[in-house]
Amino acid sequence: MSELTITALRFGFLLLLWVLIFSIVSAMRRDLMVGRKAAVGTPTARQVRKNPELAEAPPQPIKQQAHQLVVVEGPLKGTTIPLAASPILLGRAQEATLVLEDDYASGRHARLFPQGSRWFIEDLGSTNGTYLADQQLTRALPVELGVPVRIGKTVIELRP
Amino acid sequence: MSQLSTIPKPRRNVELVLLLLALAVGIGANMLVGVDQEKAFDTDFWFQSSLLALAALVFHVVLRIRAKYADPVILPLVVALNGLGLAMIHRLDAPGDDTGNNQLRWTLIAMAVAIAVIWFLKDHRILRRFTFISLAASALLLVLPLIPGISAGEILGARVWIRLGPMTFQPGEIAKITLAIFFAGYLSSNRDLILLAGRKIGPLQFPRFKDMGPMITAWLVSIGVLIFQRDLGSSVLFFGLFIVMIYVATSRISWVVIGVALILGGGFVASKVFSHVGLRIDGWLNAFTDEVYGRQFGGSFQIVEGLFGMANGGLVGTGLGQGRPNLVPFSNSDMIIASFGEELGLIGLFAIVMMFLLLFTRGFRAALGTRDAFGKLLACGLSFAIALQCFVVIGGVTRLIPLTGLTTPFMAAGGSSLLANWIIVGLLLMISHTARGPVDTTPLPPAKGAESKGIDTPTEAVKHL
Repeated sequence: MSELTITALRFGFLLLLWVLIFSIVSAMRRDLMVGRKAAVGTPTARQVRKNPELAEAPPQPIKQQAHQLVVVEGPLKGTTIPLAASPILLGRAQEATLVLEDDYASGRHARLFPQGSRWFIEDLGSTNGTYLADQQLTRALPVELGVPVRIGKTVIELRP
Repeated sequence: MSQLSTIPKPRRNVELVLLLLALAVGIGANMLVGVDQEKAFDTDFWFQSSLLALAALVFHVVLRIRAKYADPVILPLVVALNGLGLAMIHRLDAPGDDTGNNQLRWTLIAMAVAIAVIWFLKDHRILRRFTFISLAASALLLVLPLIPGISAGEILGARVWIRLGPMTFQPGEIAKITLAIFFAGYLSSNRDLILLAGRKIGPLQFPRFKDMGPMITAWLVSIGVLIFQRDLGSSVLFFGLFIVMIYVATSRISWVVIGVALILGGGFVASKVFSHVGLRIDGWLNAFTDEVYGRQFGGSFQIVEGLFGMANGGLVGTGLGQGRPNLVPFSNSDMIIASFGEELGLIGLFAIVMMFLLLFTRGFRAALGTRDAFGKLLACGLSFAIALQCFVVIGGVTRLIPLTGLTTPFMAAGGSSLLANWIIVGLLLMISHTARGPVDTTPLPPAKGAESKGIDTPTEAVKHL
């Protein structure tokens, strides 16, 4: 093979290495958009304008929706937290949304998150477990209005 | 309520595209290696390339079936690194040597084991049940090379190999995985105790002694490795893993302070007591003096030749197959980074370092995304083990820190390291699968004998896929 081809291949290979790296970085870009609505599933405003049938029907209030979280038992009894659209972290850690001053709660004990039109509770590997209506959680389960969720000595409920 | 949680997407097609690109890198390197030596497209080349491509695609299909939400960039990164390593080892083979094919065999075995891990281990949380079994297994694996019957004896001053039929194996490589599982399991269940119970002395809070029992055992293990196996690299790796995992679990900076102090103190004592450690440090500080360079054992010949090689490579390198990296002792294992530095130059070496960095960040991304404490700690520990190994090896070769005998992950010739690192990749893929997948919200199977109190089980349970 001629000298020129070999030199071209040599530089071509270095280029290929960096092409791989930049493709990987651009594939990761989607993950870096934390908190922004990803483009999957939901049509963009532009698409909606073109095909009006794509527009999502406004959510109908079929059931009463939960709007606040109330502590009904335990040291924080009487505390209420308004439920927005973001997940709620329950636990003893300072970064938790509801900081439980409860010796039987773990640092990051459980997570309450909205999915679809409901709120789900999920245990985050706590030491003493989370109980939904006296049943220990082994996976994320939906929380209905007025059903007690027990974490250590604290009991919380969702209210309209 | 608005559709807040974005629906997770498998992204396996992205992985396929990146995987093909990664295979092009690996196979292209193998081809370029041959171009200069007039053996570009011999049977060896086709055999190696097709086997590597086949194994990578099988791995991809398994991910499609078993872990379809797994991180799409981990596999391409690892295949590219492994392919580059294979090409370089193949290139450094003297006529008649079989290291290249041997490395390919180990690559296939390692990928098969990683596939088996993904296939049979449906959920990484199962590993939490084996917390203390892992500790016992680590101890056993580390003691094996010292037992006379199966030990392969002292090779190159370290007793870390065992004999398995015709091959030798380094059980310490597997021990880093079992130790990571133990630390993750133990710290995830005892974190609150370690954090909250204990006395406060000055600005540092020390845990109670009884909480520290297994931790002290783990610390003694890493000291034992240094004393009995004379393996400085593994000792640093185990201790670093221990410090990082306890720091991540408790977020107390005091652990890092204590750990770094212990490493520096231990390193100083070791350099005075053990001749092999002292020689390594001497070869690092006084590498360019005639006396150290020309020393028969433990001199700086290897490091300095590696540096000369990289200097010869310059910015763009001599081109694959056109440098002379084989002048450096162990140019296909410990010093493979110097070989790449010579033939691919600074640009190519930075590409390799960048790939390791990306792999490490993906491991941490999986740790951030997964919701259970055990998975978080395990992913952190495993990806940190890879990162620390890279730092110790590349830092040693470039004379930033003393050279220690650790292998470059996925690249250096050696089966046990390849096997251990592919298992780590399998575990990271499993963890990222649970981290990126949708939350399972299907109703619980009704518990036997338990009368249902409160609500009825929801009938219209939603599972977003």
